[in-house]
Amino acid sequence: MSETPTTSAPTPEVEDAKDGESTRVIREIMSGNAIISVLAVLVALVIGGILIAVTDPRVTAAAGYFFADPGATFSAIWTSVSEAYGALWRGATYDPTARTWQGQLGIFETLTFATPLILAGLAVTLAFRAGLFNIGAQGQIIMGATFAGVVGFQMHLPPVIHLLAVILAGAIGGAIWGGIAGFLKARTGAHEVIVTIMLNYIAVSLVLYLLKNQLKAPGSTNPISPQMDANAMLPLLLGPNFRVNAGLILAILAVIGVAWLLNRSTLGFEYRAIGANPRAARTAGMLVTRGYITVMLISGALAGLAGVTQIAGTGKSLDSEIAGSIGFDAITVALLGRSKPWGTFFAALLFGAFKAGGTSMAVNADVSIDIVAVVQSLIVLFIAAPPLIRTIFRIKAVRPEGTKA
Amino acid sequence: MKLELRGITKSFGALIANDHIDLVVASGEIHSLLGENGAGKSTLMNVLYGLYEPTAGEILIDDKPVKFSGPADAMAAGIGMVHQHFMLVPVFTVAENVALGAESTTFGGILDLEATRKKIRDISAKFGFNVDPDAMVEDLPVGVQQRVEIIKALVRNAKILILDEPTAVLTPQETDELMAIMAQLKAGGTSIVFITHKLREVKAISDTITVIRRGKVVGSADPTAATTELASMMVGRSVSLTLNKADAEPGEVTFKVSNLSVMNDVGHRLLDDVSFSVAKGEILAVAGVQGNGQTELTQAVMGLHKHIKGSITLDGKELVGKSVRDILDSGVGFVPEDRQDDGLVGEFSIAENLILDLYTHTPYSRRGTLSRAFIAKNAVDKVAEFDVRTQSAQSTADTLSGGNQQKVVLARELARPLKLFIASQPTRGVDVGSIEFLHKRIVAERDGGTPVVIVSTELDEVLELADRIAVLFAGKLMGIVPGKSSRELLGLMMAGLNAADAQAQLDAPVAPDNGELP
Repeated sequence: MSETPTTSAPTPEVEDAKDGESTRVIREIMSGNAIISVLAVLVALVIGGILIAVTDPRVTAAAGYFFADPGATFSAIWTSVSEAYGALWRGATYDPTARTWQGQLGIFETLTFATPLILAGLAVTLAFRAGLFNIGAQGQIIMGATFAGVVGFQMHLPPVIHLLAVILAGAIGGAIWGGIAGFLKARTGAHEVIVTIMLNYIAVSLVLYLLKNQLKAPGSTNPISPQMDANAMLPLLLGPNFRVNAGLILAILAVIGVAWLLNRSTLGFEYRAIGANPRAARTAGMLVTRGYITVMLISGALAGLAGVTQIAGTGKSLDSEIAGSIGFDAITVALLGRSKPWGTFFAALLFGAFKAGGTSMAVNADVSIDIVAVVQSLIVLFIAAPPLIRTIFRIKAVRPEGTKA
Repeated sequence: MKLELRGITKSFGALIANDHIDLVVASGEIHSLLGENGAGKSTLMNVLYGLYEPTAGEILIDDKPVKFSGPADAMAAGIGMVHQHFMLVPVFTVAENVALGAESTTFGGILDLEATRKKIRDISAKFGFNVDPDAMVEDLPVGVQQRVEIIKALVRNAKILILDEPTAVLTPQETDELMAIMAQLKAGGTSIVFITHKLREVKAISDTITVIRRGKVVGSADPTAATTELASMMVGRSVSLTLNKADAEPGEVTFKVSNLSVMNDVGHRLLDDVSFSVAKGEILAVAGVQGNGQTELTQAVMGLHKHIKGSITLDGKELVGKSVRDILDSGVGFVPEDRQDDGLVGEFSIAENLILDLYTHTPYSRRGTLSRAFIAKNAVDKVAEFDVRTQSAQSTADTLSGGNQQKVVLARELARPLKLFIASQPTRGVDVGSIEFLHKRIVAERDGGTPVVIVSTELDEVLELADRIAVLFAGKLMGIVPGKSSRELLGLMMAGLNAADAQAQLDAPVAPDNGELP
């Protein structure tokens, strides 16, 4: 039908071709330009604003006499939305009205929340660039935190060495969990999406089992581990008043490392080639299956480090909620960051800000914290549907037919 | 029925695929549409067939303007199309395929295949198609499948038949049969639009030739026009169609394939006990209709196929069982048959594609780090040397035309000293102008003393390049013949006769029957 320059020959690897098709759609979603990301956030905030307005009783009251005084309604909407987002912004950055000076500097809470998101987001980003959709950051974080925890509270080592051991253990824990998916993909063709999702469940159940048995704190009735040694904790960067810790430095180093890996190293060149066209990569002598395994090991290790920043940064002991929703938010962060290392970094900062500011919005503007979840979900929706954003803003898509016809 | 296209323009964004095209197809004529790949022929026909809506212009049938919003409208107006890739359901019978979309039904919506069978038999008898309505499509040879497509159109009362590159998948003999069918259809009053880039065919069958270049009609030509004249109209400059290569000076035999068999996953032999050898400084062309084991042969040599029996040696070293990386590193340059799927990463830049299988070597990288400055310089050099038409070496490969993509692949594979060069379909989908250039580079590689294997389904190319020709049929080697063998001989071998039998058949006095199968 279309006049493509080559006629495609029958290929021996139909699975590859089919896999490529589904990945192609995801790739289109993940590799759109940054403008789409920014606009998706904007549109999500606008819709969030509408929700804030319609659920605000003051707006509802003013709307009751809309025809008598329409201005009152609009001013109520403005007050409502600006108060809410104002509180969100101040809570995430700097809030002069807060009672304590620590409370005023919400920016550090933003950075704290962003730390594991950066690392886990990088995990998704890196795997994605090699053509794998790692949904399993959640499980990898849990396993990372578990490994780190075991080293952190069961071993007693000198300062520095203990922390390094914790970090290493966390990376290994995540790497094992990610590596399983990579290995199964490479050896049996098991789809990594399904495998990683299932590994998430296994990780949750496994850690719960361990917390009820081997890892339970002595004397505790709850499924919670003993506390980490002080030596095993990531040092706080700004003293005891702020939670922001050395995990942030770890995360920034990881961004730099992944950026180097992807853009400057031969290994990253392989990963990108495998991700963009596995058949051409294989023809060029790259070991696609080895690539799948190693990239999942590294990806899992990054997610494992996110687990480390959870247990050795903000938490002190292991519980079944150690990963929160970070593993899933990481997917959104990687999507929003367009699977680029620095894009992921800034997207994680934004999500950290949502988390830090959300509480402030709930307290100071009396807006449900769920609005933040709604906005985050809308961001995913708009990113997952680039044509929607293109239509709203009338951005012309680059049509593939146009280049080939 | 007379068909007229008036000022048809079709643009995709900034790209204008068809630019004010005027075309008149008179009743009962064979009208050839000649143009390079990417010239806009298929786009034009998709507009005519209702698949694309024209940006401007109109279509007239018997001087009345018509508007098609889909293929159904076009079919209803009497236009039938045979696509380059057949639109058949392999596990359906011929009758079921023909009925599909225009089913005759009896009371209660019960399928009346008998009516369709009868129509197929009528048409088949009228034009000598020789198609069994109850045969399963997947069991039929490609040439017969194509006839099923034509029957599909005729059952729907097509008065104008569009054939999109119909000969690309046929053996020379099947092509001749198709030509005969086209002549009969024409005699029966059907107009045919014949899309192709093969000059010989155009000259053989056309009543009128319209040449399209870069979306514009550049003129019409008479079928008696010289081949070179048609070629230069197509390309827009004078081209030399014959490669003046010197005779080969074969040296030592360094590349040997012995008793090579390639199996698929269920053990079926795709390549069956093939042996040949190639000397330094000669080109062996592997001819055959597509899908007769050529793909498997190149995959086997490159270590890309799992199930292999036999031996492949280069300079005495066994290649079977080695990794692709090792085979490339032992000095094999490889141009895969499908450059977009196997040869290039579309979203990588030209510069990155130029190092796709060289990136582990110094100076392209050092200690695991890519040397960006060198890679950029390499790209600029190669783009200039191979005349890759692009705005920048940093543009992505999928922005390039087929010919330029192929130049990138060739530039990469010829970038290092080679001990063996294998190119599969080196000029498929490549414009005539680039073919000349690519062929020259391949011959230059031969003259530099490299054994060269060319796999090609285009007989013209095989005859152009080969010092010796090996013909594959159904995975078996039908024989190796000299480079200057006749088309007839090669055609018979491509259809499954071994070299001796084919020669005997050619030498025999004209047989009482004309040799056609019943």
